[in-house]
Amino acid sequence: MQIARVVGDVVATIKAAELEGHKLLVLQPVMPDRSAVGRMLVAVDSTGAGVGEHVFFVRGKEASFPFLPAAPPVDACVVGIVDHWDLG
Amino acid sequence: MQIGRVIGTLVSTQKHRKLDGAKLLLVQPLALDDTARGVPLLAIDSVGAGVGEKVLLVIEGRAAGEALRRKAAPVDAAIIGIVDTVTLHEGTLPAEVKV
Repeated sequence: MQIARVVGDVVATIKAAELEGHKLLVLQPVMPDRSAVGRMLVAVDSTGAGVGEHVFFVRGKEASFPFLPAAPPVDACVVGIVDHWDLG
Repeated sequence: MQIGRVIGTLVSTQKHRKLDGAKLLLVQPLALDDTARGVPLLAIDSVGAGVGEKVLLVIEGRAAGEALRRKAAPVDAAIIGIVDTVTLHEGTLPAEVKV
């Protein structure tokens, strides 16, 4: 998983049927020091996250697991909202 | 599997229910000479690792889910061991590897 900041959302009227009712968020992955790293991406949400929050997301096949038994065609999913993190 | 170092802890109250009770640690993957390699990632801890320790990581969904002992958990990285030592045998390494 990786930490990211939610920087926007995506509205798509026409989409795969399994995606109906699910929020699409634009994520900017961040380093533990909160600086941006890598390219922005769109992820489906399973937690009720919103713009401005730090979240963590999973990539790959596991991104569809929160929606079982449905199997939406997604490759990234927000699975948690971050309260805080501490570096040792 | 990869070797990494635990660099921090992360707290999340609101998360997918299959992650309830999971301990989340920030891990910096390491090269063989212990220098940082790539971007730090967030992994489920299944062995009781702590900040500063060198750990063994799986970065693959099915293995990570098994470390959490839950089927179809939405995770893609887990700590599955705490490394005591890594021994490399110089004569057997490819020429481009510097230790």
